[in-house]
Amino acid sequence: MNPALQGLITIVLGVGGCVGYFYFSNQFLDKVLYPAKGPNAGRNINRANMIRPWLFLAPALIALGFYLVYPVFETLRLSLTDRDAGGAFVGAENYSQMLSEPKFWEALRNNMMWLIVVPAASTAFGLLAAQLTDSIKWGGVAKSLIFMPMAISFVGAAVIWKLVYDARPEGTEQIGVLNAIYLFFSDGDPQTWLTIPFWNNFFLMIVLIWIQTGFAMVILSAALRGIPEETIEAAIVDGANPFQIFFKIKVPQIMATIVVVWTTITIVVLKVFDIVFAMTNGQWETQVLANYMYDKMFRANDWGVGSAAAMVIMLLVTPILVWNVYNARKEMR
Amino acid sequence: MDNIAGKKSSLSWAVNIATLALVLLWLFPTVGLLVSSFRTADQIFSSGWWSSMFAQESQNPAIRVSGAEQKVGDLYVIEGNLFDGKEAVVTAWGTSSRAPQAYAPGETVELTRDRTITLQDNGDFTFTATQSQQDKRLQRVFTTATSAPDFTLDNYRTVLFSGAGTDNMAKAFFNTLTVTIPATIIPILVAAFAAYALAWMEFPGRALLIAAVVGLLVVPLQLALIPLLKFHNEIGIGKGYLGVWMAHTGFGLPLAIYLLRNYMVGLPRDIIENARVDGATDFQIFVKIILPLSFPALASFAIFQFLWTWNDLLVAMVFLIDSSGQTTVMTRQIVELLGTRGGNWEILATAAFVSIAVPLAVFFLMQRYLVRGLLAGSVK
Repeated sequence: MNPALQGLITIVLGVGGCVGYFYFSNQFLDKVLYPAKGPNAGRNINRANMIRPWLFLAPALIALGFYLVYPVFETLRLSLTDRDAGGAFVGAENYSQMLSEPKFWEALRNNMMWLIVVPAASTAFGLLAAQLTDSIKWGGVAKSLIFMPMAISFVGAAVIWKLVYDARPEGTEQIGVLNAIYLFFSDGDPQTWLTIPFWNNFFLMIVLIWIQTGFAMVILSAALRGIPEETIEAAIVDGANPFQIFFKIKVPQIMATIVVVWTTITIVVLKVFDIVFAMTNGQWETQVLANYMYDKMFRANDWGVGSAAAMVIMLLVTPILVWNVYNARKEMR
Repeated sequence: MDNIAGKKSSLSWAVNIATLALVLLWLFPTVGLLVSSFRTADQIFSSGWWSSMFAQESQNPAIRVSGAEQKVGDLYVIEGNLFDGKEAVVTAWGTSSRAPQAYAPGETVELTRDRTITLQDNGDFTFTATQSQQDKRLQRVFTTATSAPDFTLDNYRTVLFSGAGTDNMAKAFFNTLTVTIPATIIPILVAAFAAYALAWMEFPGRALLIAAVVGLLVVPLQLALIPLLKFHNEIGIGKGYLGVWMAHTGFGLPLAIYLLRNYMVGLPRDIIENARVDGATDFQIFVKIILPLSFPALASFAIFQFLWTWNDLLVAMVFLIDSSGQTTVMTRQIVELLGTRGGNWEILATAAFVSIAVPLAVFFLMQRYLVRGLLAGSVK
């Protein structure tokens, strides 16, 4: 069957099915199971209203349960079993095998560097961009343009930046901007930036910083505009200079938002996969956890170690998960 | 901000310049790719894209003289133009790759076997020989020439229509579209009902469910790959569109529910309670009141989900693309091009831009909703 046709049928069935399910299940509840008439009308209405929320929630809960909750436990189970031995329980063997691999430690080290550099740089640039664009006339356009990389796929960004980092043999015209600038200021040889161990990690991080700065800017700009003007006026009257106003008056007031931006970007960083996969595929000591996991699962077909690596990512996410849930609950009270 | 107290900031020009620098820095890489996609392979390799806007001097690849032979006196003569009428000014030329800049324009050079060649600065050449050159390989000429900016749509023609194998993105484009549209529409509806229940219906366990949704927002989908692939294989879906639609629906739901609930909870209570008093059922309230009022939030999520599914690589690789390669999506094909055709920037740049163009269009048209969604979606 033609995929486009299949897609169309799926849309019709999916949407129709959802609407049908919600409509008919409600009809069934109100007309057949607990009709709001007869001797027990009042009791029936109450019962129907007790059940109805679950009718509304059911498809979402089933999907969430199957696609997000169950996999967490299943991955935990898989990480403790050996696929080659018919799924036998092997305890922590996968983990100890993973811990003995230098590639894993390389991935963990790189991930830690990503975790420090990318959220910090994106938030800093975002704050700078927000402050700059908020105080000029063409700030809207500037915001749009800085925000634009957000719409570009990680793979597209990888191609864009590979062109920037491109290196041509010595003596020929350089077509990568970075080498052109480098050779303009120094007499060295053209560098293949992505193959220089350790530093190449930073060249990959730049790509994600470039993408995430726009996000940080949008959120922080809204927070900056929400600062009560009296506080700033008072500071001006007291003779504060623009830098003091920014760092001592504005930044402390939007600290909560900065934390939100920081943690959101941290989550993105922990899952970073496409950029590394497309640009270096973990060669030249640029491995990260998500790509390591993909290597193990789908190249080496080692589900045990792959699942163990996935659990490490989950473990790193957990503090943020707990923090978010804690805050959400506090807000609801 | 600094004008509040009535004094104009002396920093204002610095702010303008700093902003401009930041914007240019952010734009520069993308523009590089866009410009490159309009250049030929030779142009891309002979000069940086930033110099393509200006007339530039560059060393051209060897061009073999060709044309009809005429007999003039004792000599066989071939005349013509090296550049096929394209505008270019030769500054130096040569007849061997070892000395490509040996001669000045206008010079006549003696070749072996009594042949001569003359090249003018506009590319006109005169080639003479004492014997007929019919069926012989003619002289190659190396030129260094200044040519006007020159752009072409050929790359797009190759990538969209005429290209063979992985050069042709047409199929992958439609595959991506096929993945994206159902994967965007279906979660909206499922999430909207759930969000309404979590926002406006009273039932035990509601707070717990909301907290669970907030928690699920950050669960890495990496954990779901193997268990779900196993599950899909067991129920007989295997790798295919159905699997990828379901996966995207599942992964998109937490954000959808969270965004929509946050929005719906802010809708005025009066409207909903009045409707209840007038005897409307929850289903009617939802369809007739909540859904239309929630349009901005629905649009926000739709844009997020669209961008995310269009740009996705991992989910498509795991749940969709099988060994036949018939269902490959654009991101996957670009990664393949990066591997096999890493040096063919004209194809790579164009292919990447074809895949970027649609999200960029959506971004610029719907930016308002995107920003609104971001502001509502970041966990406070």
